[in-house]
Amino acid sequence: MSRIIMLPILLPLCTAVVMIFFRRLVVLHRFLNVAGTALMLGVSLVMLGNVQSGGILSLQIGGWQAPFGISLVADMLSSIMVVATALIGFTTALYSLGTIDKDKEHFFYHPLLQLLLMGINGAFLTGDIFNLYVWFEVMLISSFVLLVLGGKPEQLEGAMKYVTLNLLSSSIFLAAVGILYGIAGTLNMADLAVRIPMLGHKDLLSVVAVLFMITFGIKAAIFPLFFWLPASYHTPPVAVSAIFAGLLTKVGVYAIMRMFTTVLIHEEAALIHQLLLVLSAFTMVVGVLGAVAQYDMRKLLSFHIISQIGYMIFALAIQSPLAIAGALFYIVHNIVAKTNLFYISGLVNRLKGSWDLRRIGGVYRFYPMLGVLFLVPALGLAGIPPLSGFWAKFVVIKAGIDSEHYLLVGIALFVSMLTLYSMIKIWNEAFWKDDPRGEGSVEDEGYLLISSMKKVAMVVPIVILGSVTVVFGFWFEPFFVIVQSAAVELLDQGNYIQAVLGERP
Amino acid sequence: MYSVILATASRYLLILLLMFSVFLLLRGHNEPGGGFTGGLVAAAAYALYFIANGIDAARTIVRFDPLRIMAAGLLIAIASTFPSLVAGNPFMTGVWINTGIPLIGKVGSPLLFDLGVYFLVLGIALTIIFSLAEEDRL
Repeated sequence: MSRIIMLPILLPLCTAVVMIFFRRLVVLHRFLNVAGTALMLGVSLVMLGNVQSGGILSLQIGGWQAPFGISLVADMLSSIMVVATALIGFTTALYSLGTIDKDKEHFFYHPLLQLLLMGINGAFLTGDIFNLYVWFEVMLISSFVLLVLGGKPEQLEGAMKYVTLNLLSSSIFLAAVGILYGIAGTLNMADLAVRIPMLGHKDLLSVVAVLFMITFGIKAAIFPLFFWLPASYHTPPVAVSAIFAGLLTKVGVYAIMRMFTTVLIHEEAALIHQLLLVLSAFTMVVGVLGAVAQYDMRKLLSFHIISQIGYMIFALAIQSPLAIAGALFYIVHNIVAKTNLFYISGLVNRLKGSWDLRRIGGVYRFYPMLGVLFLVPALGLAGIPPLSGFWAKFVVIKAGIDSEHYLLVGIALFVSMLTLYSMIKIWNEAFWKDDPRGEGSVEDEGYLLISSMKKVAMVVPIVILGSVTVVFGFWFEPFFVIVQSAAVELLDQGNYIQAVLGERP
Repeated sequence: MYSVILATASRYLLILLLMFSVFLLLRGHNEPGGGFTGGLVAAAAYALYFIANGIDAARTIVRFDPLRIMAAGLLIAIASTFPSLVAGNPFMTGVWINTGIPLIGKVGSPLLFDLGVYFLVLGIALTIIFSLAEEDRL
């Protein structure tokens, strides 16, 4: 029964290995990529169903009992994140069919995508901190290669910053893991949760907590640590940008969530939550101001990622059940909407031949349906009812008011306005205004040159994610029930500990 | 630089080193050694052959594409986890069969995993060595 936890990790590994074995059969790669991610989506939904009905699943690898071996744990939080990963993996696999050229496919684009998904799923499902570090590395190494695939100078420049900062963060992570192991003698999350209250070293634990916050903060791109993100995310092929934008920073947010609600939950966590509250305000404001100033579509969207991370961190720092549920819903909504916006920006670039908003225009005139498809995630992100972003922001702000963080609530609302402004900016520049280069050049250069199969491959993911945003908006209730039960489960460590160690503390 | 002594010696050394690598692989379960070290020694054997006889000779003698060797290693390692699934144990639990034959004794899925690691390391090391060697020629 609990063996299903292995599948979201094992599936992408198997498909990647088969792809490397038949390295010249690119057609097989494409097929396996789509089929593998579709299967992963199915498996992860089944897993979510199982966890919802049967409680937390845990698996001890190799039959070694919990504190000694490696545990994989699927609670509601992990399962929801895995479902989101699989959804984005599936749509990106489809989108890649239309946008990735043969050269990149021959240089292992598809296997790398699978390995990236394996790393992300592993990070979500592991119940051991050192194992979390390993999955982060699996994820990062695949992302390094995906980032430079194609070898353009600006890609290498972006990758330098990305790799340097991520290696730094990994070494801090490792140092923190080392100190924690030195203090507690275990790295199993459930076992740590039991032991940490009984330990002396309160000061050292605070150091460890701050180190963890820095390393996950770099990965999640929170305020003073986000510079690598806008420097690198606009350089790779757009399918890669999209999956990075959707998933990678959220792994950092997930890690913060896991670390400071399951493992370190006492004085250390209180300190971290104070810090996070302040940082979240800066993250929201700086991110959105960066976005407003940009004219490159992908850079604008990249800065938006940072600003949105601020909302999640804000909700996390409040730490009430409602806030955690809000943060979780926010993460899922944001993964869907943000990835979708990147897909659309890629399509607009294909049509108009440029990322620069000043140089393009008139998309709405020729492709009105694309305009509608853009408005769904754009207004969703800005928080216009009844789309998903409205509910996400509503819950977070409600939690903020309940906990009397009025200043932060004010900032969040103000940032919302600016988010809307920057979305409108893309709309005005790319979709609404006339093409500054004149109308004649519009039709012939872009869309007509793409084969019809590729058009389908590019538009279908946009439609899928767009409808998810709409469904989240109109049928908010059932989804919110799920994230609420996840939040309640997350705040009661007893269940988690019992599922892993087999005993109540 | 071509050296007759090294070229002649490397032919015999290749076989000896490969045998040694298999010895390390099998010894690895209870004593120092194992798939990783074995694979590295095997790769070193081919690297020595390449230094003595040049890259083309080395590629001919390896016969398979190193990337394929790597993928095959991964496939073997993945396959080694299937017995645990069939037996209904937690993932990657070792499954042992007692053959009863002296000297061989018990054979289990961890050996298969080690074999996978052996080929994986061999494949990766050869990929790196060969691509560096070919870069030199350009």
